[in-house]
Amino acid sequence: MSPRPAQAAAPGEPLLAARDLQTHFELRRWGFLRTGSVRAVDGVDLTLDAGEAAAVVGESGCGKSSLARTLLGLHRPTGGEARFEGQPLARLRGAALKAYRARVGYVQQDPYGALPPFMDVRRALEEPLIVHGVAPRAERERRIEAALEEVGLAPAGEVWGKYPHQLSGGQQQRVVIARALILRPRMILADEPVSMLDASVRVEILELLRRIQREHRLALLYITHDLSTVRHYTDRVLVMYGGRIVEQAPVEALLERPQHPYAEALLAALADPDPANARRERPVPGGEPPSLAAPPPGCRFHPRCPYAMAGTCDVYDPPALGVGEGHTAACWLRA
Amino acid sequence: MAAAPLLEIDDLRLAYATERGTVRAVDGVGLTLRRNEAVVILGESGCGKSSLAKALLRTLPRNAYAPEGRVRLDGAEVLGLPEERFRRQVRWVRIALVMQAAMNALNPVVRVGEQVAEPLRIHRGCSRRQAAARAAEAFAEVGIPGDFLQRYPHELSGGMRQRAVLAMALVTEPDIVVLDEPTSALDVLTQAAIMNVLKRIKRDRGVSFVLITHDVATSSEIADRVALMYAGQVVEEASAEAFFTAPAHPYSQMLMASVPRLHQPEPPQPIPGRPPSLLEPPAGCRFAERCPQRFDRCSEPPPALPLGERHRVRCWLHATGGGRP
Ligand SMILES: Nc1ncnc2c1ncn2[C@@H]1O[C@H](COP(=O)(O)OP(=O)(O)OP(=O)(O)O)[C@@H](O)[C@H]1O
Ligand SMILES: Nc1ncnc2c1ncn2[C@@H]1O[C@H](COP(=O)(O)OP(=O)(O)OP(=O)(O)O)[C@@H](O)[C@H]1O
Ligand code: SF4
Ligand SMILES: [Mg+2]
Ligand SMILES: [Mg+2]
Repeated sequence: MSPRPAQAAAPGEPLLAARDLQTHFELRRWGFLRTGSVRAVDGVDLTLDAGEAAAVVGESGCGKSSLARTLLGLHRPTGGEARFEGQPLARLRGAALKAYRARVGYVQQDPYGALPPFMDVRRALEEPLIVHGVAPRAERERRIEAALEEVGLAPAGEVWGKYPHQLSGGQQQRVVIARALILRPRMILADEPVSMLDASVRVEILELLRRIQREHRLALLYITHDLSTVRHYTDRVLVMYGGRIVEQAPVEALLERPQHPYAEALLAALADPDPANARRERPVPGGEPPSLAAPPPGCRFHPRCPYAMAGTCDVYDPPALGVGEGHTAACWLRA
Repeated sequence: MAAAPLLEIDDLRLAYATERGTVRAVDGVGLTLRRNEAVVILGESGCGKSSLAKALLRTLPRNAYAPEGRVRLDGAEVLGLPEERFRRQVRWVRIALVMQAAMNALNPVVRVGEQVAEPLRIHRGCSRRQAAARAAEAFAEVGIPGDFLQRYPHELSGGMRQRAVLAMALVTEPDIVVLDEPTSALDVLTQAAIMNVLKRIKRDRGVSFVLITHDVATSSEIADRVALMYAGQVVEEASAEAFFTAPAHPYSQMLMASVPRLHQPEPPQPIPGRPPSLLEPPAGCRFAERCPQRFDRCSEPPPALPLGERHRVRCWLHATGGGRP
């Protein structure tokens, strides 16, 4: 599979750039009025270069999937801006939006397979090609074969008549990835692509994504709640909390020297296998993640933060502060 | 002679009838559990972990054959008990099961407090008031705020729902709680919080746990002992100490090497190949096809060979005199 040539984005401009991106969902109830909104994405700044793999890490409900779906054009941002190859996404309509979607492969979060149960592998892969007008049929078949080979499902003839239930979890996820690649995108958004898989299969799929990403110089945004799966497979980590990015760092720096107390807490909750684990409790920050309908004032982590400083953290919202090479943390401790 | 273990499973077998043939999901499993111990049943998807739990609790799907083998509880055989007696004397009363994905199977139209109290009324004959009071205690024990008793399942986060089903399993004060993948659908902070709750309950209540998971790191959070399953069989049964520091079976070793670690510079290694079909498992060692250490003898099925105190390994490499020449 040959990647498409990168389109002329302004020199030095990242492939994808979001500034103060916001996606707020209206809260509605039948029968009586109710105002307010869920601030699922609430002021996200991020950039992603061609050929770069970044992880977005955070606990359940912090807005990871909403961010991915906004970047994909499935939700219209309610504020801020995202640009892809210099073009603002919010202005894309009709054919331009369709063309954009072809340039971004999406692996959606879905534990029981993003594949329609009634389609065999070949149809699942052919569908996006038909939707995007790839013809003739022979060309589509050639692309399907190439994509299956790319994800390690060669010879294609052995799998393409199969239905999802006839495939193992790992094989299904390979087909899902083949589908995300079939239109030769520039960027892949993979939302929890391995969280439901066994350890050994998990590593296989992460290796596969990394190899494809590198070989075709794709940008990859890998969404996960598990920091133990970012080393080796990504270059950079964005830690998300309460609809915002609270820390960004090269993967090594984040794992060895986290600067935001939330990133520190995420790391402390994890352990490598060790018989001693059974004899000690793991530190877990108390409380619940913030309500995205009524986020707390000041730093959103302050109600759970062991270092919170009264009069500062509960009042003023910390900006992203530079703490090292390509490393920022939104925490007053770093001011 | 030492007292009989709390639970002793010996040569347990469970098969399903399917249109393509007989699936031998549990094929000669043995393991022991002592009081206040936690054994983790570890293994990849489809190796038979849930089937083992179902055979043990006899909560079987329609197409399952009757389980065979021996299950002894405090030395008394229970697998052969008639269903009525099993239900009155064993299930929920002595062994409770939190099924895989139970947190998503709560009744959506009944308040969680009532659902947690229900096993007490059914299995312990408690009055409504007694049951409600005990349910409130169980909620406190698993760390759910008291006012959540009045809520419906959809008003609870995933972590809180998982705590609720755990409370439901504990409320009848069983000796053994079997938990099938209790944390695999949760994020890492919630997983850690749930494992902390289990550790506390184990310490304070003296309950024994059988915890089923495919996640190696999670398994080490509670295990006193580990039973690693592969293709319907336990291939290694060992103390957590032995299993995590010096695993003996080639599959155990490769599984440990496939686990991503936080601070390890070398990348984890996937295990090439796939597990065999349980319709027609290989005649010899079931791991042989993927095993880098296989040799002639591996074409015969290895028995569970003793390797030390309560340590057994299904691998010819560990046979005395039968190992590699
Ligand atoms: N279409 C929608 N309408 C209204 N609210 C939504 C919508 N999509 C998401 N939300 C809400 O936005 C918040 C963030 O959800 P999101 O799915 O983005 O989180 P997440 O980080 O992906 O969580 P998980 O790890 O559980 O997948 C949640 O409170 C969710 O209920
Ligand atoms: N009711 C059934 N009828 C036929 N086969 C079944 C049935 N239930 C399970 N199986 C098969 O038995 C084997 C073991 O399944 P089981 O659910 O016990 O595995 P598991 O280890 O719990 O897997 P997972 O980690 O995915 O939950 C699998 O091959 C499965 O497809
Ligand atoms: S018995 Fe042989 S094939 Fe099986 S695991 Fe041991 S060495 Fe490998
Ligand atoms: Mg999500
Ligand atoms: Mg199972």
